[in-house]
Amino acid sequence: MNRLSLSQAFIYLLRRDLTLAFRNRAEFANPLLFFIMVITLFPLAIGAVPELLARIAPGIIWVAALLAAMLSLESIFRSDFDDGSLDQLLMSAHPMPLLVLAKVCAHWLVTGFPLLIISPILAEMLGMPQQAQGVLFLTILIATPVLSLVGSIGVALTVGLPKGGMILSILVLPLYVPVLIFAASAIEAAAGGLDVSAQIYMLLAFLFLALSLSPVAAAAALKISMS
Amino acid sequence: MSSTSLFQIDNLACIRDDRVLFEHLNLSLAAGQMLLVEGSNGSGKTSLLRILTGLKLADEGEVLWQGKAIDQLAADYTEQVSYVGHHDGVKRELSCLENLRLVQAMGKPSGVELDEALDRVSLYRYGDTLVSNLSAGQKRRLALSRLMVTESLVWILDEPFTSLDKKSMAGFELMFEQHLAEQGIIVMTSHHDIGMVNADIQRLDLSQ
Repeated sequence: MNRLSLSQAFIYLLRRDLTLAFRNRAEFANPLLFFIMVITLFPLAIGAVPELLARIAPGIIWVAALLAAMLSLESIFRSDFDDGSLDQLLMSAHPMPLLVLAKVCAHWLVTGFPLLIISPILAEMLGMPQQAQGVLFLTILIATPVLSLVGSIGVALTVGLPKGGMILSILVLPLYVPVLIFAASAIEAAAGGLDVSAQIYMLLAFLFLALSLSPVAAAAALKISMS
Repeated sequence: MSSTSLFQIDNLACIRDDRVLFEHLNLSLAAGQMLLVEGSNGSGKTSLLRILTGLKLADEGEVLWQGKAIDQLAADYTEQVSYVGHHDGVKRELSCLENLRLVQAMGKPSGVELDEALDRVSLYRYGDTLVSNLSAGQKRRLALSRLMVTESLVWILDEPFTSLDKKSMAGFELMFEQHLAEQGIIVMTSHHDIGMVNADIQRLDLSQ
């Protein structure tokens, strides 16, 4: 029998992680619930002033998305580290960056993708202008994978530490700030009727940079964490 | 050093928190030999095993596989190694068969059918049972059944007999002897007495 090809191995691990997520539904619904709760609490706390809410909506949605992503980051490698599966993956016959990429894809599908689906509803609820809603959708589509990819490096570095959560936030949050700035500014520009291609291109650049570099970095970081 | 030695440990040292666990460790293993690592708790058995898998870096010295350093061989070496560590390395949320299928997908599959592998560790009826419903000993047996489904020459086993009953211990000893007879290599630690009389065993005591 032959060894699986790279793409087969990728799909196999992706499916395995999705199966695991499906069987641990409650745990993975947590970030989504957090996202929805933060956004619905804002109007209650600052009062139902439509103009104000519409103005701060991009900021609220993006900060909530960012924190929701942080909340779920550790799940990328934590359980595999705890039960020894990570040892097995590191010793696999396939290149580790590819396997890391499969795990990050699964993580995005489970935590980032639901945000994408739910965000138009929340944007409507906050009274975000029509022309900005499309851009919000686009920024979430482009930028939440960046959060998962960049976060995977941080998790890979801290997974071996007993209380890595705190260091993880300090490591990863500064790297998230540029994403936040460009995404929120794109939505704001769109709401004002301005051209947003500059911000979108910038976010795309982040995405491709993260897509090409972070699996390699995370795989190297995992090796360091394990030894 | 015999000419057939596949595995060579050269002046290996491991230091943990300024404590030298072992140093100047030299030995070589030929095909069909087994290395039994002994020593008291905390003497560095698991560390040595993890260095041999390539997961952990040695503080000094190197491990050679067919004359080449394993950290340079990287995947060319690790694909020939099966490791069963302290943790079973099986996912609780997956069934026995799903776990083994993953092992096969990640490594170099041997010709052994998954059902047959489960049968040999007496878990045939548990194929679709989630691992979270298995007992500790059954989980251990599932972890050890990994050895059969991928084609690997070197088996590195950290306390393989933990929580196993006498009958399954004897079964696994038979399986280990068979692997050695097929020119494989086994490195393991065990606090249990080993009943493998036909095997060519080298003993290494780390507590000295």
